[in-house]
Amino acid sequence: MNLVSAVRVLARPDACEMSPTSPPPGIQVRHLDFYYGATRALKDNNLDIEAGKVTAIIGPSGCGKSTHIRVYNRIYQLYRDQRATGEVIIDGQNVLDPRTDLIELRRKVGMIFQKPTPFPMSIFDNVAYGLRLHYRLSNEDIAERVQGALCAAALWDEVKDILDRPGTALSGGQQQRLCIARALAVEPRVLLMDEPCSALDPIATARIEGLIQELRGRYTIVIVTHNLQQAARVADFTAFFLMGELVEYGATEQIFTAPKDPRTEDYITGKFG
Amino acid sequence: MTQAKTHTDREYENQLTVLRERLLLMTGRVEEMIADAVRALVSRDERLARETIEKDHQVNRDEMECDQMCLTLLARRQPMGSDLRFITLALKMVTDLERIGDLAVNVCERVIDLMAFSQLKPYRDIPLMADRVQRMIREASDAFVNGNESLAQQVIAQDDEVDRLYDQVFSEILEIMRRDPGVLEPAIHIQSVIKYLERMADHATNLAEEVIYMLRGRDVRHFGKLS
Repeated sequence: MNLVSAVRVLARPDACEMSPTSPPPGIQVRHLDFYYGATRALKDNNLDIEAGKVTAIIGPSGCGKSTHIRVYNRIYQLYRDQRATGEVIIDGQNVLDPRTDLIELRRKVGMIFQKPTPFPMSIFDNVAYGLRLHYRLSNEDIAERVQGALCAAALWDEVKDILDRPGTALSGGQQQRLCIARALAVEPRVLLMDEPCSALDPIATARIEGLIQELRGRYTIVIVTHNLQQAARVADFTAFFLMGELVEYGATEQIFTAPKDPRTEDYITGKFG
Repeated sequence: MTQAKTHTDREYENQLTVLRERLLLMTGRVEEMIADAVRALVSRDERLARETIEKDHQVNRDEMECDQMCLTLLARRQPMGSDLRFITLALKMVTDLERIGDLAVNVCERVIDLMAFSQLKPYRDIPLMADRVQRMIREASDAFVNGNESLAQQVIAQDDEVDRLYDQVFSEILEIMRRDPGVLEPAIHIQSVIKYLERMADHATNLAEEVIYMLRGRDVRHFGKLS
C-alpha cells in the first residue's frame, strides 16, 4: 500500500455504503464422511444450511465441528491423508467434485480462524491481498474495495488513518476484524468462522458478534463455537455434533430451550451419568 | 427432565437441588394454610384464622428468597435446556404459590368477619372444594418432583370439578339470599370464600401447566383457546 492510495480511499465516503448483493446460497450436505488417514471423523452428516442465516455448530472437543466446516471450502486438502466423501452443494455445485476450482471456491467460501491470522504486511495490503490474487483491478478500485471491506468489518473508523501500519500491530479483536475484512474484500457468498472469538476479550467478542448480526442476510454464515451462550446469541439455527455425527439440528431457540435428543440436552446442561 | 443424570458441576447441581427443595417446602406451607383456613371456617375458630394469616409472612419470604435464587442462577450459570425451563418454572411457581397463600389469608379474613353472624348452613361442599384444591396443589407438586406428566394432566382435569362445586354452592347461597335478604352480609362472605377457593384451583392448574412445560418443553396453557 502506498499512502497516495490511502488518501484516495479517504476521498470516497460513499465506499462504506453497502452495495446490494445477490442473495447468498444455502448449503446442502449429503452423506458426508471425512477421514484422517484411516480414522473416520465425520459419519454420514446430512444438513441443510439456510441461505443468508447464521448457523452455529456446537459440540464437545473432537466431535468434528471444525472438520465439518473445513470441507465446505476444501481447506483440508492443504494437508496430507485427509479426504471427504459425499456431497456438499453450494450454488448447485458439489464442491467435492474434483473439477472444482479451489481458488474460486475459497473466494466464494471465506474462512475466519480461531486465532487472528493477519499477514505480515500493512493493514491495507492485508485486505488488498486477495483482491490482487483474484482480480485485475486498478489501484483506485482496489482502494475503494479495501475501504468497503474495512467498513463492512466495522474497522474502517479505527484504521483509516493508519492503513500503512502493520496488521500485526492491531489489537486481537481488531486483527480478527481485519481478517474478516480480508475475507469480505473478495466478495464471498459464505463465511465460515471457526471459534472466531475464543482468543478475544468480552468487548472484542461483542464487536465480532455485532458484526455477525450486521452481515446476516448478505452472507450465509456458519460459526463453530464452544461458547453455548454465543451460539444462543448470534445463531438462527444450531447444529449439535457428537463423535462425528450430527445429533440434532434446529432453530436455536428450540435447541437451547427444548432440545429433542437427550444427548443434546445432556450437553447443553452439562450433565453426565 | 433427565432425572438420573447429574451435572458435571457439583455446586450447580447442589444449587438446583436447594431450589427444588425450597419450592417443595413452600408448597407444603401453602397446602397447610388452605387446610387451616377451611378448618377455621368450619369450626368457627378465630384464633386459628389469625394464626394462619401470620403464616403468610413465611410464604412471602419463601417467594422472595426463591426469586433471588433463580435470578442468581440465571445470572451466574446461564442455564439451558431443562435447567432453563426448571428455573423459569420456579419463578412462575413461586408467584402462583404466593397468590394461593394470599387467597388463604383472604379466606381467614372472611372467617373473622363471619364470627359476627350465626352459621347460614352446614358446611359440606366448601370443605370438599378445599380438599380438591389441596389435592390439586399436592399432585402438581408430586408431578414436579417425580417428573410425572400424566399426573400434571390429571390436575388440570380436576379444575372442572372445582368449578362445578363453585357453581353449585354459589347457586345455593344465592337461593338463601333470595329467601332471606337479612342474611346478605354473611352470604356475601361465604360467596367470597368459595370464589377464593375457585381461584386457588386456577393457580394449581397453572402449576400443573408449568410442570408440563418443564418436563416436555410443550406449552399447554390456553390450549385451543387462542386464535
